[in-house]
Amino acid sequence: MKNVLIFGATSAIAEATAREYALKGCNLFLVARNTEKLETIATDLKVRGATDTAYAQLDINELQQHQSILELANSKWGDIDLVLIAHGTLPDQQACEASVEQSLDEIKTNALSTISLLTLLGNQFEQRKSGAIAVITSVAGDRGRQSNYVYGSAKAMVSTFLSGLRNRLAKSNVQVLDIKPGFVDTPMTAEFDKGPLWAQPQDIAKAIVKSVEKNRNIAYAPFFWWGIMMIIRNIPEFIFKKLKL
Amino acid sequence: MKISAWGNYPSVDTRLLLPSSFNSAEGLLSDCSSVIPRGLGRSYGDSSLSSEMLDSKLLNRFMSFDADTGMVTCEAGVSLADILEVFVPKGWFLPVTPGTKFVTIGGAIASDVHGKNHHCEGSFSDHVDSIVIATGSQGVVQCSRTQHSELFYATCGGMGLTGMVLAATFKLRPINSSYINETVVKAKNLAHALELLEKYESTTYSVAWIDCLSTGENLGRSILMVGEHSEQGALKAGKKSLLNIPVKLPGFLLNQFSIQAFNFLYYHKVLKEYSEHHIHYEPFFYPLDGIHNWNNMYGKGGFTQYQFVIPKAAGLDGMTEILDRIAQSKRGSFLAVLKTFGKGNDNYLSFPMEGYTLALDFKIDSKLFPLLDELDKIVLKHGGRLYLTKDVRMSEDMFKSSYPHWEQFVKIKQQYDEQGIFSSLQSKRLGI
Ligand SMILES: Cc1cc2nc3c(=O)[nH]c(=O)nc-3n(C[C@H](O)[C@H](O)[C@H](O)COP(=O)(O)OP(=O)(O)OC[C@H]3O[C@@H](n4cnc5c(N)ncnc54)[C@H](O)[C@@H]3O)c2cc1C
Ligand SMILES: NC(=O)c1ccc[n+]([C@@H]2O[C@H](COP(=O)([O-])OP(=O)(O)OC[C@H]3O[C@@H](n4cnc5c(N)ncnc54)[C@H](OP(=O)(O)O)[C@@H]3O)[C@@H](O)[C@H]2O)c1
Repeated sequence: MKNVLIFGATSAIAEATAREYALKGCNLFLVARNTEKLETIATDLKVRGATDTAYAQLDINELQQHQSILELANSKWGDIDLVLIAHGTLPDQQACEASVEQSLDEIKTNALSTISLLTLLGNQFEQRKSGAIAVITSVAGDRGRQSNYVYGSAKAMVSTFLSGLRNRLAKSNVQVLDIKPGFVDTPMTAEFDKGPLWAQPQDIAKAIVKSVEKNRNIAYAPFFWWGIMMIIRNIPEFIFKKLKL
Repeated sequence: MKISAWGNYPSVDTRLLLPSSFNSAEGLLSDCSSVIPRGLGRSYGDSSLSSEMLDSKLLNRFMSFDADTGMVTCEAGVSLADILEVFVPKGWFLPVTPGTKFVTIGGAIASDVHGKNHHCEGSFSDHVDSIVIATGSQGVVQCSRTQHSELFYATCGGMGLTGMVLAATFKLRPINSSYINETVVKAKNLAHALELLEKYESTTYSVAWIDCLSTGENLGRSILMVGEHSEQGALKAGKKSLLNIPVKLPGFLLNQFSIQAFNFLYYHKVLKEYSEHHIHYEPFFYPLDGIHNWNNMYGKGGFTQYQFVIPKAAGLDGMTEILDRIAQSKRGSFLAVLKTFGKGNDNYLSFPMEGYTLALDFKIDSKLFPLLDELDKIVLKHGGRLYLTKDVRMSEDMFKSSYPHWEQFVKIKQQYDEQGIFSSLQSKRLGI
């Protein structure tokens, strides 16, 4: 991986991942909406060892900007080898229940924006016949639960989209990686009480780097979530619907 | 949320605040009434504990590096482990490092930590050029030896009481290899150990591990380890540790007999009287970092480290008196670490003074604190003092009689923290 492009580059998980690639001396192109934060992060990555860094400001819901941002990134050091899509919000489920508008906004940020990017990237990478696309979804996408099914369904949509894209791009030698973190201690989850199942952003970052290296398709992070979600997916619906989850 | 420091004693209910930028630190402070900064919680006692804690976890970015001079600027939550990971491959090392790399730059400055090279290089703050700090009443201030110098001298070693360090500029030291040329020598007793420390005075790094349970003419029997950066070997940062003690073990596992056995084995593991090794910096500086959460070994009641320094002149007599008292109590310590300190610096509350320092770990139980009170008297009698970052129980009297500049410190603290919002359990206990 030489040239890495990151959407949602100010996210804690994305930043930790960028640090791993900086240590390896990659070029890093960062995209997010807060330029002040981008500036600090870019400087940090340079000190850590990134060969070069660049950034661009984007509210991910400005879909019409996606094409030009991708062109900008690809013109900087040549073709991008790895794209990581990491932006996301954790919706207030109850507020979504009370508002169609809010539900759709959350679906837009967490799914539609990503699908817009993936559509453009899919075509580019298919033509080039190389590279890796990695997207952070969530274990929450594996099954809808009353406590956050707006978020969960958005993530599920992205996961299903990725599965199709992977199927399509397999013959073009393009890796399509779906990263499904469990609980991670980041600003997104600042309000939660943390227990033993919680991972640090660095743990997820390492899992991402390793999964890209190993050309994996789906990576639960940390890996034990694979087992937990296997059980959760297999609880019969007539029981599941009565659980307080 | 319940939180404690490395000794697992005491624990407090706290409101954890996580500033993610200099501005947010200032914003959060405006809403605080009894707050203390917190790094990685590697201090042993109550110096990082309060009902409100300003955690530096999210302030973990590098801000600049000058490859010609080795001068680095970073936020206060960057850890020594981060610095090693980034800079060892580029040929740079920490100017001073404590016995664990899991401490933050903010913590290293606030405790003005020392390493095995104190006799040659002084303590951490001696390599710090400037500090950016969020104060209680003067906003964000940049201080150095020439700018707000009093604040600088009060902040280095000031245990977080002058404000939250946000960023610092300090100088790394160049290396050509990540390896150390180590020499290991056995000392048959305390006098021999002190003699050897003197003999290796010009070697950059030195430390001795003492077997505290040996008595009589073996009193102070120890293993001396000295080292220099090697010129041979690759520039590679250390590996991640594999072992972890995730839960607090039952306290009874550590008793007089297990400790005696450990010390005996440790002493006899080193077979030769004298040996030389070419080893990576990781086992040389951080032998315990290989086991994550080893503090849980001491069980639920927690433990403490008693670290004191006594002036050089008091050396052998003072140490003998204290070691005798400990051996008599039959309370072993797994780790008793002996070091020589060079001259102290101008900071108001920094611990080091020219002399000898000894650090001992003790499991906490009802009989411990009376013993430590007795040791305090011996330390004080010899003109010594205790290290604040390890302390959890010393009396206000002990502190005020052994830190001669405490009043000046309080004056400066008040100047930058008019409402007195910065305080810890420790500062309240010590009356500062
Ligand atoms: C295994 C082990 C070995 C050790 N060896 C040594 C040694 O050889 N030499 C030595 O000197 N020490 C040693 N220590 C002690 C350790 O280096 C210090 O306690 C250090 O201060 C811990 O840093 P921290 O980031 O964990 O800070 P914490 O433990 O979280 O805090 C320690 C103090 O620093 C203050 N502080 C933390 N961050 C900031 C900030 N951003 N701004 C202002 N104040 C702040 C806190 O308020 C508190 O008073 C050792 C500790 C362990 C566990
Ligand atoms: N934390 C967890 O437990 C967890 C678990 C599973 C999956 N995930 C997923 O992991 C990814 C990273 O999240 P994180 O935990 O690292 O949280 P985070 O630090 O809060 O990051 C979320 C990022 O998304 C960005 N973002 C939100 N809305 C945006 C918009 N409209 N335009 C541009 N950027 C926007 C935010 O930008 P600003 O900085 O500008 O706000 C922020 O950088 C997300 O996809 C999340 O769903 C997290």
